[in-house]
Amino acid sequence: MDELQNLFHGFGVAATLPNLGFMLIGITLGVLIGVLPGLGGANGVAILLPLTFSMNPTSAIIMLSCIYWGALFGGAITSILFNIPGEPWSVATTFDGYPMAQQGRAAQALTAAFTSSFVGAIFAVLLITFTAPLLARFALKFGPAEFFAVQLLTFASFVGMSKEPPAKTIAAMMLGFALAAVGMDTVTGQLRMTYGHTELLKGFGFLIAVIGLFGIGEILLTMEEGLAFKGKSAKINFKVVWQTWGELIKHWKLFLRSMAVGCWMGITPGGATPASFMSYGMARRMSRDPQSFGTGRIEGVVAPETAAHAAGTAALLPMLTLGIPGSPTAAVLLGGLLIWGLQPGPMLFVEQKEFVWGLIASMYIGNIVGLIVVLTTVPWWAAILRIPFSIIGPVIIVICAIGAYTVNNSMFDVVMMLVFGVMGYLFKKLKYPLAPMVLALVLGDMAEASFRQAMLISQGSMSIFWSNPLVGSIAGLAIAMLVWPLWGAAKSVARQRELRAGR
Amino acid sequence: MMGGGPDEKDNAVGVRWPELGVALLLVLLAVMVIRDSLRVGTGWADDGPRAGYFPFYIGLALLLSAGWVALKQLLRWRAHEPFAERAQMASVWAILWPMAIYIGLIFGLGIYVSSALLIGYFMLRHGKHGAALTAAVSLGVPLFFFLVFERWFLVALPKGPLEAYFGF
Repeated sequence: MDELQNLFHGFGVAATLPNLGFMLIGITLGVLIGVLPGLGGANGVAILLPLTFSMNPTSAIIMLSCIYWGALFGGAITSILFNIPGEPWSVATTFDGYPMAQQGRAAQALTAAFTSSFVGAIFAVLLITFTAPLLARFALKFGPAEFFAVQLLTFASFVGMSKEPPAKTIAAMMLGFALAAVGMDTVTGQLRMTYGHTELLKGFGFLIAVIGLFGIGEILLTMEEGLAFKGKSAKINFKVVWQTWGELIKHWKLFLRSMAVGCWMGITPGGATPASFMSYGMARRMSRDPQSFGTGRIEGVVAPETAAHAAGTAALLPMLTLGIPGSPTAAVLLGGLLIWGLQPGPMLFVEQKEFVWGLIASMYIGNIVGLIVVLTTVPWWAAILRIPFSIIGPVIIVICAIGAYTVNNSMFDVVMMLVFGVMGYLFKKLKYPLAPMVLALVLGDMAEASFRQAMLISQGSMSIFWSNPLVGSIAGLAIAMLVWPLWGAAKSVARQRELRAGR
Repeated sequence: MMGGGPDEKDNAVGVRWPELGVALLLVLLAVMVIRDSLRVGTGWADDGPRAGYFPFYIGLALLLSAGWVALKQLLRWRAHEPFAERAQMASVWAILWPMAIYIGLIFGLGIYVSSALLIGYFMLRHGKHGAALTAAVSLGVPLFFFLVFERWFLVALPKGPLEAYFGF
């Protein structure tokens, strides 16, 4: 029951008046970011990160993580009212959410979405509360070889699980690693791949990459779709909320299933987006009436929202305990921790108890605050969406430019932001996944350091990666994930052969 | 495979050139990474692995995977799959070049004046908003950011001659 005691102590840290204020600001900004096209969890946090450098780390991370919760909530509003997913993880919410709004049941859909998000998140926070300390204690035994194996597993599972072609996943990931390696080598002090440009001395900032890839890239995609916002309006009153809650209780099995899917996908770096699709697919397959999905079923809102929010929250578990983020936004938060001089990983739970438990406690409060904020303020967010893109678009570009500049006070970064933006657009169009690239950019130096340390211990022999059962099984799992697509390809080749032979 | 009729060719930009271009660009980057890793040394020094040890293999993996994408694209060169419609490309272009000019302008005019110009241009050209609203938004937003950053958060953003005239 050590955890409970720590948690209560954490509540003491989180529930101070200034911190509650930061939570409210964070949630509000987060919903705004989630609602606006071109601003999302990852780049929203990246843009606001430099502004928090002067705050104390606990308050700063509480505010930033609340932005993340807010963005998770906000994505649902645009999906349901406007049929425009504000965030990639709310695409699946549009399938049944928008039809519900068209039938005049927008309030029910929104209540269901917010409640599911909340339930998913709280479940994931409970999971973090009770398993994070165990995982951290376990990870204290890790040496460099184990850390590299876990990192390898993280990246290998992208290859194994992503919908995108494996070659493109690997290419995007390797590009991330390559960009991370640019600049001064921390071990030998040598300059790498700068080709004589002093601007590259410090390497490519991942915050710049995130702002460009997700922010500018998203703006370009939005322009391409040429969208005009035509939405339904909604007012939520207490009676509707109450009735919807009554209806939702009947779907408790669906909730449990979606939460399990979400947490699993969040801890393994599948992320919120695949989690929401997977959960939606499962709900439809296991339903007695699969045909009616897509016509405005409340289950079709509950399943993806619960899973997305559970995954988004659970992504913080490996980030805190192992220093390996489960999603791009978690990666940005990790970058923030590093800037404040807090090294995420098992030692964080030993050395920075107050910070860790303050953060975990703030997840509970933040999600409760978030639920109340979104339930009461929906009409205003819908009104913001009616502002035409010809105004919102350039304003978001300005915000991105300011955000990129403030990271290092350098105009070079603003130019790089544009380059990354074009790259983000092309990558999205050509189905190169962005998440592994961002994670590689953030984790590159760390992965390289643990790889080199492991190599030092073993004097250059790869056998260190199966020198004991622990590292061996992690590495083995990673290899299995890497060759998984080959197995799929082999199966489809075999099937084609059979078809041809049968003819 | 999407149909390859003549109409589609006219309205849509094919995916093959962008696909090949991006893949070749990645191959080029990979070659740069490998070349520089070889320069700093990929082997083993007295004190452990040298600086190019890790990036060398990264470069190699990038080369192989991007090369594979390029090769696959060349093998099915005749398949017509759309990248985007021409009209869509035009609207992407319509925001891309003002963005590039905007970033160029920041160097000379500072971020606030450039932002006002960008928002103003966009509202007039693409939104067809009235002059009063355009002026209000395009001046108001930079002014708001000016107050937030220069006054409240004391973060200095790039400034130009106009701000200098007012003594900032």
